[in-house]
Amino acid sequence: MKRSTRRRLTNGILYGVLVLAIVLLGALVDWTAVKANFFDSAGWGRDGNWSVLIKTGVKNTVLYTIISFGFGFALAIVLALMKLSPVAPYRWLATGYIEFFRGLPALIVILVMAFGVPIAFNWQPPGGLVGAGLIALILVAGAYMAETLRAGIQAVPKGQTEAARSLGMSAGRTTLSVVLPQAFRIVIPPLTNEFVLLIKDTALLFVIGVQVDQRELTTVSRDLLTTGPTAGTSTSLIQAALLYLIITLPLTRLVAWLEKRQQRAR
Amino acid sequence: MTFMSVPTEKQSGRAIEVRELHKYFGANEVLKGIDFHVNHGQVVCVIGPSGSGKSTLLRCVNRLEDPTSGTILVEGVDITDPETDLDQVRSRIGIVFQSFNLFPHMNVMRNLCIAQQRVRGRGKDEAIEVARTNLAKVGLAGKEDAYPAHLSGGQQQRVAIARALSMNPDMMLFDEPTSALDPELVGDVLAVMKDLASEGMTMMVVTHEMGFAREVGDRLVFMDDGVIVEEGDPVEVLANPQHERTRSFLSKVL
Repeated sequence: MKRSTRRRLTNGILYGVLVLAIVLLGALVDWTAVKANFFDSAGWGRDGNWSVLIKTGVKNTVLYTIISFGFGFALAIVLALMKLSPVAPYRWLATGYIEFFRGLPALIVILVMAFGVPIAFNWQPPGGLVGAGLIALILVAGAYMAETLRAGIQAVPKGQTEAARSLGMSAGRTTLSVVLPQAFRIVIPPLTNEFVLLIKDTALLFVIGVQVDQRELTTVSRDLLTTGPTAGTSTSLIQAALLYLIITLPLTRLVAWLEKRQQRAR
Repeated sequence: MTFMSVPTEKQSGRAIEVRELHKYFGANEVLKGIDFHVNHGQVVCVIGPSGSGKSTLLRCVNRLEDPTSGTILVEGVDITDPETDLDQVRSRIGIVFQSFNLFPHMNVMRNLCIAQQRVRGRGKDEAIEVARTNLAKVGLAGKEDAYPAHLSGGQQQRVAIARALSMNPDMMLFDEPTSALDPELVGDVLAVMKDLASEGMTMMVVTHEMGFAREVGDRLVFMDDGVIVEEGDPVEVLANPQHERTRSFLSKVL
């Protein structure tokens, strides 16, 4: 057999297997059951689930993500600078903090912040249960982003600091004007990734019961499993999944584009 | 004291004075008791094989490296004294690095202005004027808005020189300023340095450019293995080296 014939034959077999698998799947699946459970038309229409999913769910998911990213980032800057501090105890503190919160499931942190800490320390979390949950997300996100930032700061060539110090700039001025701006650029792609992870982590807030208008997307869609026009079906979960993808996919594409651009710039 | 003063030179004429300088990196002694000086208005070129300690010596002069022991006086100020305001001393010493080290996130004008404004405390208009003058001096007028990534290596190095000059330094230190450049770009940078020398700038130049050392240098210092092996008039040292080590080095590079 000629080489080219053999190659064509191999390709043909590979495609054949794929087509067969799809046909088999299509034949075996009970499409009416799938449609009834996932795509209940009562939920997809005008008076369906979209309104509450978007106006309450997506709105709060985006809001919670931005809040925890913003404060988490501020916390991360402090932690990263502490980790690079010449003062050893600051380094130990930052390392301990980062290792602690990266080693725990975010779910545990949320539960402890919402139900454990307020009782143990007789503390009223600002913003109630949601506030406590958000603080938990901030604590965790700060730990992850601190490591990313530290790597970014250390990726700025040493010559940059030397040049700035040689011009007479103080250590603080050098960090502020020369090192951090360059570090931020380096960490934009990984930080966008953290942002996407955080969007999905807000779903964990469903474990704390909150007021109706404070629910994020996952909580709203879960409530729609038992109430509303599609109660008894999983339609609202599929809808929530779609909404998550609409938010996250453009962002992950953005990361890919940014990384490509950064590689070109080098 | 092992410091040898040359009788014809007055102590007060010294811009840089290094006495008994030792520098260790871990257990490795890279400077083994250096006595070295640069007089006002002089151009002193330092040559030697890589690893000889010449760059370390230059970097000690503004404390980018901390000396292990010894004294370094810059304009009479002891920079090894912990009470010395290093930022103040450094702002009076211009340094040009092998790898340019321009700030890549700032355009040329911002590169030239930031230290003038933040360290010298100049107003924006004054800083811009000083920057323009120095850009013109290095032959790059009109490049104010360019970012370093869009400039050739030779242009970047000339911007770096202009950045250092914009601080109106008392002296300029050059750490192998042309070693990272493509051969055809070396000439522009050397020409700028030559102009500076003819204006009477005090310069310490670590270099492999023997032609520059011969033509522009007032004194040539040959270092090897952490010590100054030989020094003197560049033409004299290059043509008639006294030490075997100098001879063997020069035979390889000339």
